[in-house]
Amino acid sequence: MAALYEGYTLCGLVPDQNLSSSGIQGIEEERDRDHVVVTDSTRSVTLYKVSDQKPLGSWTVKQGQKLTCPAVFNSQTNEYVAVTDNKVIRIWKEDDILLDKAFKATVSSDVWKVHCTHGGEPVVLFQRGAVRLLDSLLAAPQQPIEEVLAQEETIRWSTIIVAETQQFIIITTEQKGEHFLYLQRLNPNSVQRYRLEREEPGLSPLSFSAIYKDKHICLLYLYPNGHMYQSVLSVRGLGTEEGVQALPLPRSLLLGLPVGDGQLEAASAMALDEAHVAVVGVPHPSAGGGKDFLCIWNTNFQTLQAGKEMAGKIYGQLWSYSNKVFIPHGKTLSIIPFECPKSSLASALGKLKHTKTEESKTPNSVPSWNNILHGEKAQPSKTAETRRTRTTRKSQSTTNLTTDQVLELIKTAPVEEIQKEVEGFLTRSEFQDLQPSVGQLALTLVSRSLADPAFYSSSTLAQLVHTRCLCHSVCPDLVLLALEKKDYFLCQLCLQFFPDIPEAVTCACLKAFISMPDVDAEKVSLEPNSVTFMENLITRDRAEAGLQNGFSPTSSVVNDRQTRAEDKKKASAPSQLICPVGLHKAVLINEILQTPYSDTFLLPHLKDLSSQNVMLFLQYLQFLYLKYSQDAFPQMEGFRSPSLSQIMDWVCLLLDAHFTVLVMTPEAKGLLLNLHSFVKSQVRLVSELGKIEGSLQQLHKMKAKESIGQYSIEIIELF
Amino acid sequence: MGEFKVHRVRFFDYMPSAIRTMAFNSQTERLAVARADGAVEIFNFNDNFFQEKVIPGQDGRAIEALCWVGHRLFSAGLNGEITEYDLENLRPQYTVDAYGGPIWTISSNSQGTQLAVGCEDGTVKIFAILEERIQFQRNLNRHKGRIISLCWHPSSAQIAAGMTDMITIYDAETGQATRRLLVDRAMGASKNKEVVVWSVGYLSDHTIISGDSAGKVQIWNGLTGTLVRTYLVTKWDVLSLIINASQDESSVIAGTSEGTVIQFQFISSTLDQHDKEWVRTRTFRNHSHDVSALAHTDTAVVSGGMDTQLVVRPLLDKVEKNTQESALRKIAFPHRSLVGCAKKAGLLLFQFPDRLELWKLGENFHYVHTGKPGDRLPVKRKPEKLIELKRKGEDHICCSALSACGGWLAYSTVSSVRLYRIQYNKTISINKVPKLPKELRSVHQLCFSSDSSKLFASSCQSSVIVVAVSQQECRYLHTLKHKTGEWKARMHLLCASDDGKWLATANTDCEIHIYNLHKMKLHCMVPVYNSCPTTIAIHPVTNNLISVHADQQIFEFSLVQKEYTQWSRRLQTQGLLSLWLERDTPITHITFNPKNPDHIILHDTYMFCIIDQSLPFPELNAVLWNQMTLKNLPVSQRIGQSHAFKICKIFQHLMCVSLLEDLSLVVVERPLLDIMSQLPAPVRQKKFAT
Repeated sequence: MAALYEGYTLCGLVPDQNLSSSGIQGIEEERDRDHVVVTDSTRSVTLYKVSDQKPLGSWTVKQGQKLTCPAVFNSQTNEYVAVTDNKVIRIWKEDDILLDKAFKATVSSDVWKVHCTHGGEPVVLFQRGAVRLLDSLLAAPQQPIEEVLAQEETIRWSTIIVAETQQFIIITTEQKGEHFLYLQRLNPNSVQRYRLEREEPGLSPLSFSAIYKDKHICLLYLYPNGHMYQSVLSVRGLGTEEGVQALPLPRSLLLGLPVGDGQLEAASAMALDEAHVAVVGVPHPSAGGGKDFLCIWNTNFQTLQAGKEMAGKIYGQLWSYSNKVFIPHGKTLSIIPFECPKSSLASALGKLKHTKTEESKTPNSVPSWNNILHGEKAQPSKTAETRRTRTTRKSQSTTNLTTDQVLELIKTAPVEEIQKEVEGFLTRSEFQDLQPSVGQLALTLVSRSLADPAFYSSSTLAQLVHTRCLCHSVCPDLVLLALEKKDYFLCQLCLQFFPDIPEAVTCACLKAFISMPDVDAEKVSLEPNSVTFMENLITRDRAEAGLQNGFSPTSSVVNDRQTRAEDKKKASAPSQLICPVGLHKAVLINEILQTPYSDTFLLPHLKDLSSQNVMLFLQYLQFLYLKYSQDAFPQMEGFRSPSLSQIMDWVCLLLDAHFTVLVMTPEAKGLLLNLHSFVKSQVRLVSELGKIEGSLQQLHKMKAKESIGQYSIEIIELF
Repeated sequence: MGEFKVHRVRFFDYMPSAIRTMAFNSQTERLAVARADGAVEIFNFNDNFFQEKVIPGQDGRAIEALCWVGHRLFSAGLNGEITEYDLENLRPQYTVDAYGGPIWTISSNSQGTQLAVGCEDGTVKIFAILEERIQFQRNLNRHKGRIISLCWHPSSAQIAAGMTDMITIYDAETGQATRRLLVDRAMGASKNKEVVVWSVGYLSDHTIISGDSAGKVQIWNGLTGTLVRTYLVTKWDVLSLIINASQDESSVIAGTSEGTVIQFQFISSTLDQHDKEWVRTRTFRNHSHDVSALAHTDTAVVSGGMDTQLVVRPLLDKVEKNTQESALRKIAFPHRSLVGCAKKAGLLLFQFPDRLELWKLGENFHYVHTGKPGDRLPVKRKPEKLIELKRKGEDHICCSALSACGGWLAYSTVSSVRLYRIQYNKTISINKVPKLPKELRSVHQLCFSSDSSKLFASSCQSSVIVVAVSQQECRYLHTLKHKTGEWKARMHLLCASDDGKWLATANTDCEIHIYNLHKMKLHCMVPVYNSCPTTIAIHPVTNNLISVHADQQIFEFSLVQKEYTQWSRRLQTQGLLSLWLERDTPITHITFNPKNPDHIILHDTYMFCIIDQSLPFPELNAVLWNQMTLKNLPVSQRIGQSHAFKICKIFQHLMCVSLLEDLSLVVVERPLLDIMSQLPAPVRQKKFAT
């Protein structure tokens, strides 16, 4: 079902005094989906990067001149084209600063608009209906421009549409209360004129929108009485007879929108895809007479799919590029991302139940870390629902247990039953709706376990964690509970899947893992992937300990005079490379190493570790570092493993936290010397990289020089 | 001066043919060069190495050897024929079949009375050189195996012949083999591969010098038949070897497959000793491929081979150092224009030996005038090959012309002329014009009048044929002759004025004639300058004739007043800068700027130059190429610093520079690297660390 998401502001507006117009003339897509050119109604053109909500460039014409058509971007030449004072065509590039110095050409007739499709050549539409390709127009700017429109006929709206490879200009005109439509094909040029059927007398269309589908152009137009009509124009068979004679244009009523009191004034409708229409300035059917709504209607089912109240006055302007609606309202230009999945009746109805329960019962929306971190999509906003759909939803009934019922069950039922029901519930639900209910389930489970020491359902919790819908902030007690119950597998899962574990909890886990006896650790069953990784690391150590030939990084790393003795010892005693902790313990510690943290918060908690723990941990980190820097780096494809920089960071953190203690501990001396040499080797590596950086950059620059090729047109200057 | 839009064209894939052999005539200082496609080119070493004549090639004419006899030039090739060339009309005069299979070598005796050819069947055939022809005299005793190389003893009594595995010395009188010198095969793996004596030389002291496929240069005593000295100079073949026979026979050069040329000199190895011996002295490395042709002038080593370039390397002990004379010269491109340009239609005609290509230039977006100097404009329409016209017959194309409107195209071989009408409606149609007047048979140069109504063709006997071309017919109008009956050098340049009144012709005797086309008779003759004109053009506004000569001098001659103009006199008084005079490629094309009559645009291979006649000439101590200086100066100071020569070196290896009617320049480049990349791989050489 179509949805409107939380919008954001692109820029502020300067509407004129009586708020009759928004101050924006047009918005055009620039080089890609993320850039738009906004032309205001007076003198300036601004280029915005949409995702950053940031202007990248702005150009202004001189005082006294006026932009009379929205600037368009010609992606063939990377230039902007705009018209000032109706007759002066201006062309400039992004790096031109002053518009007055840019190219300009004065044409002999007033220009209505310049249209340009992405990748196409700009097309100039004159107020009297003539159409020229920009290039051919500028070859002779003063060429005579013919009059296509009749006397007293004026253009109301125009657009350009690409149908297959053909470009079409669509113009609607008004002449003495009658409305006409011109379909102008470019290259070869031909034009066809149509007459729009009359609506109630005195009503003229408020807005037009055209879309190309199934080899036809669909024209959508909205009347002040809320009637939205669709006319289908065939692309083929055009131009046999020149369009002096206006053909009647058949239309079909697509939607009858509620108009509330009186008639619509500033309203606009725009086709988003084949089945969805965005409408602005039309009252919401369930929200009284206010007209400041943006709604998405499904034209197939004639249903309202999403609605959103826009603060401030609506100007009846609407643009849409790449799943975003650009709408000026009040004093801002807002961007509202939307989504129109392919609509089918079944999906529309199936959806109803969930949204309803969500709305009625769940505590206000649970933040989803996945969404926020990975930015897959913004949170759907609370959409206004129509009363009608709400009542239909209530009449729906289900046979399976709802979330509420499962929650009730968890509070009382034995472990096995809970496990069964939760499993069933998880398989039934769709992933998208899962998040709030999973949080509730986990929360209830944890609180019951805390209250009732005898009750603990490890597998159910693991299952819930596995859905990846949980995070630490949803049920803060989960990790500690798992630690308390010595459920290390669950701990591992939490560390893996929770992006928001606080440093204190991480540290608690670390302490528990390190101080846990190896014997206990081996009993735990852990996530197999990480175990395989660690196994590989350790067995390789055993198999290849004596097989180092040729260049050995250990000896190069430890080449200080002070560490020579240490080095010898290491060479003679391969025990140095034996893992200081057991396999499973190592796997768990690896998990800690990979959790995100912030060092300022972590440091105070690290100080709580005992010096023995610190020694052991450091030894393990040293082991990992040596393994990593030795022979072929064992970070194997597909395995979750800590990276070298993560290891180094932890070494540094530990040393920072316990430096004085370690310096005073005699056993730590050798270790410290080794670690010092690691750091030194890293520093050396970085400085070497720094040295070649310049050369590499130079290489990069050289590549930029393009080859000349077989043919080019160049400009040279002789003095 | 201003900005120019430049069409930078690199799609003319002109590919010169490999140099097969060459012969130097020390009396006339002419070098004849034969290429693999059968073309023979004559370079005048007295006139700045100007390529004054080109005899077009022919399919199947594989020239293996060239030989000058006085002013006469003979060639022999693998088709088994001996050819003498008509150097005035630039075509074979006659051919004689030697009936001995493919001929590998040809050599004349020092008196110029006899020619010896070495044939595939193992015979050496002697031909007598008569006034107008050659006549077979006799065979020398036949041996098994082909004769690869020949050399007469200066006394004409003996002939040394290089064969496989041996050199045979014949008595020229009796035809008997008097001695046989066995040549060692290469050592190592190729021991059982026979060795080919690619080249022999016979000195007057009966020393024989040979170069062979085992990489050896060997010096023999021809009287005793003993080997004196062996120099192993290459792992591959010694392909060519030549003695400075015109001088004291004290220097020999040998060319190898590795692209090196090695000099041997007959000098005393230590100071104050009188017994001289042959010593390897210098090595020149100017080629990337086989050096198959060599010439030894008094002062220079001339070499050529697979890599198609002719290299003149002066011997520094024979010339003054640090002068123009001592500079190395590489001649890579022909000294005439192979590109035709229809200025009105924006078309380019490329002439290849076997075909013509007609291209339409591309177009940029009209409104992009915002480009800054150095910018590349987006191309709206790519250039398009409209026509590829294959020639008929086996003779190669020697000249071609395209009318300014692009509607007519003509080309000529040594045997025929063809004229085509091209029509550009929706599609392009090309129609051969039937029934050309019979006077148009063998021409050297073609040129259309600027209104495309007449075709001028320089014909034999120094005449110009005028033909009217129109939709309906092609009609012979007149033959222009300057002196009736006198047999003169052929015209190599033709040029008609824009107003259709004048026609200028230039011939290789350095004469320039002006014809009045309204009266159809000779108007005047420009005073003869002692260097050959490389290009001429008539100014469209002033009707002055601009001529540029092989020694880089520029003259302007007023056709109306029949005298050199003031500008030309001033230029001669002040003199051209030495940097201009020392350029080593000739100016091959002149165009004018229709918007500014003061501008003359001319180009050589490495630059193009706009001469602004309204500006002063550079002072003798001024910088000729001052574009960078001017660029960095503020506009107000530029005027004071600028001079008449505006040189642009951005484009290199130019085949053509022309100004279209819309004032955009067309620059046709053929980068040497592109030519190099199309050559076959050179022999493998061990390089350090490979």
